[in-house]
Amino acid sequence: MTARDFTNSEKFKDLVRTRWTFSFIMLAILFVIYYGYIFLVALHRDFLAVMVGRNITMGIVLCTAVIIGSWILTLVYVVWANTVYDKKVESLKRDLQ
Amino acid sequence: MQSTLGQPNGTAILFFVLVVIFTLIITYFAAKKTKTTSEFYAAGRSVTGFQNGLALAGDYMSAASFLGISGMVALSGYDGAIYAVGWLVGWPALMFLIAEPLRNLGKFTFADVVASRLKSGPIRIASAVGGLLVVLCYTIAQMVGSGKLIQLMFGMPYEMAEIIVGVVMLLYVLFGGMLATTWVQIIKAVLLVFGVTVLTVLALAKFDFSLSNLYTEVVTMYPADNMLNPGGLVTSPLDALSLGLALMFGLLGLPHILMRFFTVPDAKEARKSVAYATTFIGYFYIVIPIVGFAAAVLIGKDAIKGIDAGGNMAAPALAELLGGTPFLGFIAAVAFATILAVVAGLTLAASSAMSHDIYVSVFKKGHATEEEQVKVARISVVIFGLAAVAMGILFKDQNVAFLVGLAFAIAASANFPALFLSILWKKMSTQGAVWSILVGGITATVLIILSPTVWVKVLHNEAAIFPMKNPAVFSMTAAFVVAIVVSLLTPEPEAQEKFEDDKIRTYLGIGAE
Repeated sequence: MTARDFTNSEKFKDLVRTRWTFSFIMLAILFVIYYGYIFLVALHRDFLAVMVGRNITMGIVLCTAVIIGSWILTLVYVVWANTVYDKKVESLKRDLQ
Repeated sequence: MQSTLGQPNGTAILFFVLVVIFTLIITYFAAKKTKTTSEFYAAGRSVTGFQNGLALAGDYMSAASFLGISGMVALSGYDGAIYAVGWLVGWPALMFLIAEPLRNLGKFTFADVVASRLKSGPIRIASAVGGLLVVLCYTIAQMVGSGKLIQLMFGMPYEMAEIIVGVVMLLYVLFGGMLATTWVQIIKAVLLVFGVTVLTVLALAKFDFSLSNLYTEVVTMYPADNMLNPGGLVTSPLDALSLGLALMFGLLGLPHILMRFFTVPDAKEARKSVAYATTFIGYFYIVIPIVGFAAAVLIGKDAIKGIDAGGNMAAPALAELLGGTPFLGFIAAVAFATILAVVAGLTLAASSAMSHDIYVSVFKKGHATEEEQVKVARISVVIFGLAAVAMGILFKDQNVAFLVGLAFAIAASANFPALFLSILWKKMSTQGAVWSILVGGITATVLIILSPTVWVKVLHNEAAIFPMKNPAVFSMTAAFVVAIVVSLLTPEPEAQEKFEDDKIRTYLGIGAE
């Protein structure tokens, strides 16, 4: 089997497809979280001024939530890569030998 | 309370000298391990994911974000927090799109990745110039900012501050290369996170550890200022989208950040390093607004503006109030270490673009001995270091705040589209990449000059020709469109073949350096 047959194999193509599909889904979630927040700031200020505690505004909660949400997304990616992606990579590496 | 800020402070100098001595000892040991180019630029690929995560945090969290964001929150409240969020969101994107393939395809610079399957000459020059422009803008902003901060904190003459930063940074980079730079960045990140944590705990203790009490005090003290709600930073959705794109994708085009990914042994460690970096940076940006709000209450806006009109001294003043002169000294030394670490990372990135991308790969066509490469690398470090000090002094009284925005806009528009498409898109051609870098970089620069930040604030014209604060939404789109259209018009079968050949390396890491 040549290197080209290998990269053209369904298994390899599946690895590439899975990797980018997952990446773009994660990127889309990041966009929704971040731009959702930014558009609330630009257009719906009343909502951000809602009090959720004694002098703690929705704006303050959301700003922290965006940072924590982004952080969680990176952790989800690492867990996914360690469990799903790396397994596929290992299996393909074995096929190569 | 009378502040001692701006007077020579014994503890500050003591802490500063300790940090410098300690980092120079590390540099001494790192120098022994720095003989080859791979050791000079990539620390022999021996850095672990955790160490690299800390070093990335140390490379990224500048004095401007520590002192600037806390000051912005102290003076204008919530807007400073919106800014802090923007500085973080690029990290997950870096993880999803670039980190692993970058590590697998590159050697020392991101230009290696773009050039790997395209015609090396033109693309190296274009991406090295794009990278250098970003690093240059960033460095000038850092040098001018740091000179002023050191002047404010230590009462030292501006020029002397520039020279001290330049000399100490040169010692690290010249002798210890990437290994010493990595450790300086790790130490700085630890000190910064520790210092900010202590500052936050001491500040919250004044409010019975209740954020609610803190915000109540803020509202009571400044009832008219609407401190807890968004102000003028984000008003138009298009402007917000554009600034967001620049911050998010600019990170993916910063050469000094991308370069750090070549210091880890493989893609798995590269991935881990982003997760650790995001953890430290995220924590930092969550905590830093609290410091700002506490400074507004405990020091008072007028007193903060009294020390520095831009509010940059809010955090140091708060440190002095809560922990006395010793703690102020510690925080001042941390700010100084912060500047050193960031400038060292930038210098190394500039040197790699000049010597590895342009001298070795273009002029010498890759035919240079190991000794010659390291020698040229060191010469370029000295050239860039001297240039940084000279520009810092030259731009002393200039308004350079726009340069960080410009660096991010160029990074997002010139470097990122070419890098990303060369990883992902089979049909990318040399012409497409070169034109994309040129169009993205030039559009971003011209639009920033015509925008309110430069046209009105720096050049003192009445009204801006380009109304938005950040051009990324147009310049980045232009770069992508040009890359795609030109690549389709100039098909390059060899590059497409090479793209297929590289796949095993890109996805499995087999054959990676």
